[in-house]
Amino acid sequence: MTNRFRTPSGGRIDRSAPVSFRFDGKTYSGYKGDTLASALIANGVHLLGRSFKYHRPRGILSAGSDEPNALVAVARDAARVAPNLRATQVELYEGLSAESQNRWPSLAFDAGAINDLAAPFLPAGFYYKTFMWPAGAWKRFYEPKIRAMAGLGKAPTLPDPDRYTQNYAFCDVLVVGAGPAGLAAALAAAESGARVILCDEQAELGGSLLAEVGATIEGKPAQAWLADTLASLSKHENVTLLPRTTAFGYFPHNMIALAERVSEHLAAPDHDLPRERLWQVRATEVVIASGAHERPLVFPDNDRPGVMLADSGRTYVSRYGAKPGDRAVIFTACDSGYRTALELKAAGVTIAAIADLRPQLHGELPSRALAAGIDVRPGTVVTGTSGRLRVSSADLAKVSGGAVGRSETIACDTVLMSGGYTPSLHLFSQSRGKLVWDAASGSYLPGTSVERERSAGACRGVYGLNAVLEDGYAAGEAAAKAARDTASPQRGATPVNGASSRSFKAEAPDLGNDGFIGATPHNRNPAFAKAFVDWQNDVTSKDIKLATREGMRSIEHMKRYTTTGMATDQGKTSNMNALGIVSEALGTPVPQIGLTTFRPPFTPTTFGIFAGEARGDLFDPVRKTPIHDWAAEHGAAFEDVGLWKRAWYFPKAGEDLHAAVARECKAVRASVGMFDASTLGKIEIVGPDAAEFMNRMYTNAWAKLEPGRLRYGVMLREDGFVMDDGVVGRMAPDRFHVTTTTGGAPRVLAHMEDYLQTEWPDLDVWLTSTTEQWAVIAVQGPNARAVLEPLVEGIDLGKEAFPHMSVREGRICGVPTRLFSVSFTGELGFEVNVPAEYGRFIWEAIHASGERFGITPYGTETMHVLRAEKGYIIVGQETDGTATPDDVNLGWAVGKAKKDFVGKRSLARASMSAPDRKQLVGLLTTNPATVLEEGAQIVADPTAPVPVPMLGHVTSAYHSAVLGRSIALAVIKGGRARIGQKLSVPMPGSVIEVEVVEPMFYDPKGERLNA
Amino acid sequence: MLIITCPWCGARPELEFRYGGEAHIARPADPSTLTDEEWADFLYNRTNPKGLHAERWRHVHGCGRFFNAVRDTVSDFFVVTYKAGETRPDIAGDQAK
Ligand SMILES: [Zn+2]
Repeated sequence: MTNRFRTPSGGRIDRSAPVSFRFDGKTYSGYKGDTLASALIANGVHLLGRSFKYHRPRGILSAGSDEPNALVAVARDAARVAPNLRATQVELYEGLSAESQNRWPSLAFDAGAINDLAAPFLPAGFYYKTFMWPAGAWKRFYEPKIRAMAGLGKAPTLPDPDRYTQNYAFCDVLVVGAGPAGLAAALAAAESGARVILCDEQAELGGSLLAEVGATIEGKPAQAWLADTLASLSKHENVTLLPRTTAFGYFPHNMIALAERVSEHLAAPDHDLPRERLWQVRATEVVIASGAHERPLVFPDNDRPGVMLADSGRTYVSRYGAKPGDRAVIFTACDSGYRTALELKAAGVTIAAIADLRPQLHGELPSRALAAGIDVRPGTVVTGTSGRLRVSSADLAKVSGGAVGRSETIACDTVLMSGGYTPSLHLFSQSRGKLVWDAASGSYLPGTSVERERSAGACRGVYGLNAVLEDGYAAGEAAAKAARDTASPQRGATPVNGASSRSFKAEAPDLGNDGFIGATPHNRNPAFAKAFVDWQNDVTSKDIKLATREGMRSIEHMKRYTTTGMATDQGKTSNMNALGIVSEALGTPVPQIGLTTFRPPFTPTTFGIFAGEARGDLFDPVRKTPIHDWAAEHGAAFEDVGLWKRAWYFPKAGEDLHAAVARECKAVRASVGMFDASTLGKIEIVGPDAAEFMNRMYTNAWAKLEPGRLRYGVMLREDGFVMDDGVVGRMAPDRFHVTTTTGGAPRVLAHMEDYLQTEWPDLDVWLTSTTEQWAVIAVQGPNARAVLEPLVEGIDLGKEAFPHMSVREGRICGVPTRLFSVSFTGELGFEVNVPAEYGRFIWEAIHASGERFGITPYGTETMHVLRAEKGYIIVGQETDGTATPDDVNLGWAVGKAKKDFVGKRSLARASMSAPDRKQLVGLLTTNPATVLEEGAQIVADPTAPVPVPMLGHVTSAYHSAVLGRSIALAVIKGGRARIGQKLSVPMPGSVIEVEVVEPMFYDPKGERLNA
Repeated sequence: MLIITCPWCGARPELEFRYGGEAHIARPADPSTLTDEEWADFLYNRTNPKGLHAERWRHVHGCGRFFNAVRDTVSDFFVVTYKAGETRPDIAGDQAK
């Protein structure tokens, strides 16, 4: 039975290249040039899936990207599974394997079809009605059930092994759609010398011309003209032709996103090829030539497999040589149905009858149908169809003045319907262009443009081959001229086309522009008849009428209530019919009901194309310090701090984090440790007004800080809350070396630039980020001085010559250095700043010099523990954007005598010094072995009735090896007044008792700093 | 993606820029003379208009300069950009002028 429905000749398939493929495990054959849909049709297979809500059997409705039904999963292997592909767009290749979706256990017998019988319980808005009660049932019951039952396809669970790339491109004229209008536009623009990109979603460029068998253009058969035109376009160096490329998003200033399917259609794709390529095209002018979608007719049982759009049925015959059946009934409201009948009859399909909704026949095509002996029935509707998994008959009845007569059953194996054409407005609407209602054609058309674009051909309601070609050519000429004449970037041009300067002399049958929107009349019991409007979301005309009775008026409400048009096909086949039904039900003209907004993407787009190369190691940039490789070679474990990789701890054999940190902490306190602090943010602030600028940006007073001295600086936001902190060195009267937190560096620099540029442009100061110019090595511990002394030249490291919080410039191992005497551990300490390229060299030199003291490299975890033992805060850990300096015991750093600084006025608000503010304190657990959880809440009485008043939370908690017990920092309401009190930290299953203490656990007098 | 014209560098894509809030709100010369209400007004209250809005932008991935722009919040069209420190240009229909 292979290819029983294949025509003996004709079409664009390559009959010398048979292709074997599998659908639901069964092997079939087709030809190169087939889509999965056309090959299945040639094999007589119409049952392709089950519907979303009612699990009704569904077939192929269309021949293009507007397909709502025939969604399949195509799998190359376990990882390469693409669900929800439209079979009408899947190109056939040798070995292709596709599966139907949304059926269990099998396509022919589907248990979920019980939903069809239960349909009275699944009315419009059933999401809102049914699942409201009982609370909690949604998560436990409804959602998992709906997900399992609904036809959403299954995503593969393995990582995607394919590659996706991204391209930026620029052109004078981008033409979207390579049908007759787009081809003509591209020709015109190309001939004028413009840089042109022509893209089309189909495998072949040509659009409707690919199925055109009766027309001539410039004296040639249409398909010969197409071949010549493509050959001519491809000779232009200024033209880029992109087949298999969907323009899926229209963004401001003519930025159009294109998804190119590069290798999806190949049997054995070259590994060097990406699967897909994202083009981000910036076009000076855009010509939208996106054509029109044929509209279905909304009649009972119009969703049975074998019922399809008439022009799609014709396309399968004339383009793919695949007959949709042996015996067709055609239901039409326009002349397109007659063209289908004539071409199908010529291909050997019996036309059982043409039911024409219109009472009168006129025009060329109906006459030809009558002359061909076809049973043409004007004023006739289809009132239903029969057949279990495939249509086997259609019921036809006369309609006059709204009254539908008795039905006559006519045997058939396909029903082809046409309600006319809906211009494809998706891209125009995405560009924010205003739509206008055209009463003559009964459709919305592009109105005022917002971007520099123009529509051409059927997408703006121009029909008839010659008119479309000339409209396209005129648009291409006008776009190329506009691109030459108007400088980029601009928006909001109103397109004005001239007359086409080229005549195409195209001859093709006149299809007129009749059509119908809404639901056709029928004689069935309205309680049981299902006439589908939206095939993909299973919305019937009855659902829409019900929604109007329940008070929905705006089309936006209607859409959300019934879900019509909300499926992945974005209502390409359904929107206008839904509008028509609402219009009739409410007695309101269509343009007053409105139209829903079209949003990108035009068709579903893979996540891969958006991710591009930015995944895995390339997801984010990785920042490494100059000492990173040394740490890695010495077994460091790393943690991510922003984009930085920081050495977390340096485990020796057999050590876990806890053991390594305990050893590192003890080594620093007992002898000496070294730490890579290169990630600290650094800003060089230079200029005659540098000190004045520092005065305004930081809480501290800087005027009297002498060159050669360091000061701990606190920076506030204008609202008075701590923003950042860091040690600042005054290198010279007009030069400061500012450090910031690791994560805060860009924010602090931007904050400074903001004030300097916009509030105080009169200050003569320059700000330069030097974060990556300096490597910073902290040497901390009682033996720190002894380690550095042999290496340093030109700096007296003596206690008196170089006191705590000083900075000196000199050399270390011959390398220029800014040497800080500073401590973030509470021990005698130095920070060696050297040019980054010497970082590892100096690190190794210090390490060698420290060997005699057992110098111990330590990581961020030990750094955190050591500073917590001293109660030094970390901005962002002890502070959360609502802490004043006083809240975290930094009141001493606020220069109260200063007239002004950023945040000062806010600190003067009464609430900023209220006694019950959350204040930094220390916590000691009654059980010294218990380490609190950071973020845990603190209460006074855990037995108090819920909600228990929260006093604050734990900000830092560690085991201190040096103290032999746990320690914690916390912020607690009125905390300083609570020192000595016992409080509680309730945890799941237990309550931890703590004592509030001073936030200083080690060397409270600070004697070790000056050792 | 919008194209924004930096008054110093010219037309550049939107992703080189960072938004900086409403423009022409000068920090008071002596904040200590303000009442709490006046200070709160300076800190927090913004016009949030429907229509033309003067706002600060920074060419953060370019020259680094702050500048001002008048943008229509309805259409998301930039009407004009101008250097920091310059007065808001005269634009027909600008309610804020
Ligand atoms: Zn700039």
